[in-house]
Amino acid sequence: MAKPKMDIPLPRFPEPDTEPFWEATKGHELKYQVCDDCGGVVWHPRRHCTHCTSLNLSWKTSKGEGTVYTYSIVRQNYYPPFRERIPYVVAWIDLDEGFRMLSNVVGVDAESVSVGQRVRVQWEDKDGLSLPMFTPA
Amino acid sequence: MPTQTRDAAIVGIYEYPLRKAPGVTPLQIKAESAAKALEEAGLTWTDVDAIYDAGDGGAGGMSGLSIAEYFNIKPNVIDTTAVGGSSYEFHAAHAKRDIAAGKAKVALLTYGSIAHSQQFNIGTGGRGMGGGPASPVGNMEMSWGMTLIANYALVARRHMHQYGTTSEQLAEISVTTRFHAVRNPEAKQAMEDLELLPGAREITIEDVMTSRMIADPLHLLESCIISDGGGAVVIASADVVSDTKKTPVWILGTGEATKYPEAGGDITTSAAAQSAPSAFGEAGVTPGEIEIAMIYDSFTITVLTLLEDLAFCKKGEGGSYVEGGKLRFDQAGAPALNTDGGGLSSNHPGMRGLFLLTEATRQLRGESTSQVPNAKLAVAHGNGGMLGARHSGSTIILGRD
Repeated sequence: MAKPKMDIPLPRFPEPDTEPFWEATKGHELKYQVCDDCGGVVWHPRRHCTHCTSLNLSWKTSKGEGTVYTYSIVRQNYYPPFRERIPYVVAWIDLDEGFRMLSNVVGVDAESVSVGQRVRVQWEDKDGLSLPMFTPA
Repeated sequence: MPTQTRDAAIVGIYEYPLRKAPGVTPLQIKAESAAKALEEAGLTWTDVDAIYDAGDGGAGGMSGLSIAEYFNIKPNVIDTTAVGGSSYEFHAAHAKRDIAAGKAKVALLTYGSIAHSQQFNIGTGGRGMGGGPASPVGNMEMSWGMTLIANYALVARRHMHQYGTTSEQLAEISVTTRFHAVRNPEAKQAMEDLELLPGAREITIEDVMTSRMIADPLHLLESCIISDGGGAVVIASADVVSDTKKTPVWILGTGEATKYPEAGGDITTSAAAQSAPSAFGEAGVTPGEIEIAMIYDSFTITVLTLLEDLAFCKKGEGGSYVEGGKLRFDQAGAPALNTDGGGLSSNHPGMRGLFLLTEATRQLRGESTSQVPNAKLAVAHGNGGMLGARHSGSTIILGRD
């Protein structure tokens, strides 16, 4: 019997804080939370508002546009599913709505990525969900 | 100026000499180191009434229970703070506090790891933030292939963008720690045993710049080694100190902090910016008075960031601050950096915070292999976790009479 192909690690469930985020990725929607009481943006997803003590948060949909805050080109990773992708870019992305998420910058020569570069979300479909990655806008 | 307190002092240290230690366990390294450190202080197991443990002996969250039994100690204080490589600075801070409060007289900190023998690809084997039970952070960050070194590279890249810092400047830190390592026989042996590139010798900026790029902008020779090892530190109350054998090294000030990613946050500023003012303030000293800087050197960028946050120079000026070998033990104008050779060139079994305390103690006793003459004041700053994401920082100011 052939060994099952190793894939990159994917989010695991049940995990109630982040499950609605990943559920929305199936429809290629990038969701984030906003506090109903103080209007603060909450990231990463969680139970409570991190600005006030409110427990009333709503999910909003990001336009998926932002800038590269910082990045690194990974040239060595012994974990097979990532080794296949080398060199690849890991980056903190500042979304225009005011949250900073970790992701990859894809669809472009790694050497051409820069801090401050404008990017937009690009989806990589996986089993049952989709990974929000970013590509130059 | 606040009054400097002399509640608690380091009275015994031991650093496990081997960097390749097949066939031993972390628990054995911890026990052997503890026995030797106690012996150096003229104390024994029954004198210990406070245990500090980061779970490295294998029992994880239950380590406070298992370590007491393994050592055969009945402590009145049990502290299992586990925040990565800086745990031992947190432990030293807590030991001082517990001793000052009258809860303990003799505190024992131990560390043991066989990271090398177990062949952990600590820096580059990454699944990302995976492993363990599902968590919110894990679910948001595990799928992007962020290795440990890439995490630190994110800080380096932003530092370069924001302040014009160069790879050549970062390389200075590797050159300086290697300069110290070749003077430390145990580190020299480690370089041979672990086959460090480009050999057990001093290195140049050129050596660093031409070493393999692992995660832009960080090169192989900007990364800590992966070794086995461990050690122990014994901290005692002022009344016990008078009966011990070595020059006491007083804990003059402590500070603790965490840092994590936030919208609009500055990745080039670490937890040290919060922990350092507390430690320096309590000790009543300024960075300019510090002669020995034991700074957690997981990667070059860690040191550069921490030097700035400890206020040895202004934020963004770390690059020019480290230029020209100023941090060597034989140079004036700046403290001596990681005089044992550091994690970059002596030992890094995963959490090297304990070695910051042992080498600072050796310097203040006059026992270092890169000795700064008559050194009186040292700082040990540990950084645990990941600099480019969530991490802990603790600052300890040490001094002798």
